[in-house]
Amino acid sequence: MTHAHPAEVARAASAACADSYARIVAALIRVTGDWTLAEDCAQEALALALHRWPAEGVPANPGGWLMTVARNRAVDVLRRAAVERRKLRELALLQLADEGRAGGSGGEEEVVDDRLRLVFTCCHPALAIEARVALTLRTVCGVPTADIARAFLVGESTMTRRLTRAKARIAAAGIPYRVPTGPALAERLPGVLAVLYLLFTRGYDADGEPAFADEAIRLARLLERLMPGRCEVAGLLALFLFQNSRREARRDVDGNLVPLAEQDRRRWDHAAIAEGVAVLARVDGDGPYAAQARIAACHATAASAAATDWPAIAAAYDRLAGLHPSPVVALNRAVAHGYAHGPAAGLALLVEARTGGALDDHPLAVAAEADLTARRGDAGRAAGLFRRAAAMSRPGPQRRALLDRATALAPAPGRGTPAGVPGRSDPAPDPPDPRAGSDSAAHPGG
Amino acid sequence: MKFMMFVCTDAEPDTDPTAQPDIDAWVAENDGRGRRVRGNVLAPTSAATTVRVRNGELLLSDGPFAETKEVIVGYDLLDCADLDEAVEVARTHPMARAGRIELRPFADGEQ
Repeated sequence: MTHAHPAEVARAASAACADSYARIVAALIRVTGDWTLAEDCAQEALALALHRWPAEGVPANPGGWLMTVARNRAVDVLRRAAVERRKLRELALLQLADEGRAGGSGGEEEVVDDRLRLVFTCCHPALAIEARVALTLRTVCGVPTADIARAFLVGESTMTRRLTRAKARIAAAGIPYRVPTGPALAERLPGVLAVLYLLFTRGYDADGEPAFADEAIRLARLLERLMPGRCEVAGLLALFLFQNSRREARRDVDGNLVPLAEQDRRRWDHAAIAEGVAVLARVDGDGPYAAQARIAACHATAASAAATDWPAIAAAYDRLAGLHPSPVVALNRAVAHGYAHGPAAGLALLVEARTGGALDDHPLAVAAEADLTARRGDAGRAAGLFRRAAAMSRPGPQRRALLDRATALAPAPGRGTPAGVPGRSDPAPDPPDPRAGSDSAAHPGG
Repeated sequence: MKFMMFVCTDAEPDTDPTAQPDIDAWVAENDGRGRRVRGNVLAPTSAATTVRVRNGELLLSDGPFAETKEVIVGYDLLDCADLDEAVEVARTHPMARAGRIELRPFADGEQ
């Protein structure tokens, strides 16, 4: 494939790089214990590949090629620094392990373990949560520091300092480079998944870095492959796939968020939905992410908003409320029951959700009450509630949508006549749709 | 890897009504496994004396150096493989629930 099409080479090169990066960094950290050296050498190997492969062609075993280049680079640096012989010897063995793998046998366990080790170390609970997210992006995903800095709204030098501090803390605090075993694994896994979730939302949110969502999905796929049979890992992957399938459809031409019920379902990524359904079929058990994924699946597989299986969603929310009670889950549950079993059922659960005052400042709670009230037939009261929800919302498309809803129900005094208002032909809610399937999903696990 | 484990009080202790772990069992367990080198309980802060030298002058004051509600009431010197093992030791100490525990490695790392 020496004279392959340049675009094809570039695609093959970046795929190989994305696939190999964490593997290389993880292996070099294990042997040298030096995080910065590992990252630098991996980066240099990638840079060399992107420089050479377009002209020379992609090697038969791109991952092995990258590992060898990175390893040789590390040997050079360590030799110059005159580091102990033990590390150099282990680096030589690293090459053997990699060649063994290229030959199609052995070595895989070791390499697989390395990447998990890296993920669990970057997500160690003794690191601040923001540091965990940044470190995972930088070290596991190889995202440039400048891009991470932008997502965290800080300058590049600030982010560089934070990353350096986090890496120094791993060594100084005694954080082990290890995947926990036994009960400790079950205890630590939710923390890792919470980091992945934050990573995903950083990418999926309105102003996020879209690439982060892809990285979160890639990591979830990796974890699912390396830790089969963990229902929360598969549940999280399925949830990501369902949410991300709507990425293209959830904005109109002006960049405003389009509510789930109004999205053009032909623009959903149906391959991602199919993968999500397949992953979810493997989930054997229940947990907060698996329960959310089941809810998201109901939305993602409905042929139209009207065809949504609300009784199934309401039942899934009942389970989620038991597994992971929170005010937002209670709110979403009330909305789901409102669709499944009528507005009166929804309003009763909404009263329950609001006891204790946890949702007092939540415009979505008022909007949900407004919608349920409108569907029960009390247009005047509903209009007032929509206006109140609008007043509680930040200026923007969501607030405008709430005001539109209020005007359609009962025009404000002195502003036109009701006759001129087209009104909504269907009773579907638009604006702030707080269901887990919507883009403001509640999430468990921090 | 050695850790200094500071045992402290906390303004918001745990309210879990299940039985507290027993301190003697904790000491026996961790001494037996070689994870605890030594440790002791400190006298109350009313017995503390703070020593400072400023411009050659010795200044003594009574009480601890920081006026806080959370005070160090004891210490244990741990010898563990890494932070995870030290956390395992610390979490089963009765004061992890009744107060709080701070784990500090030594500056020279392995030692």
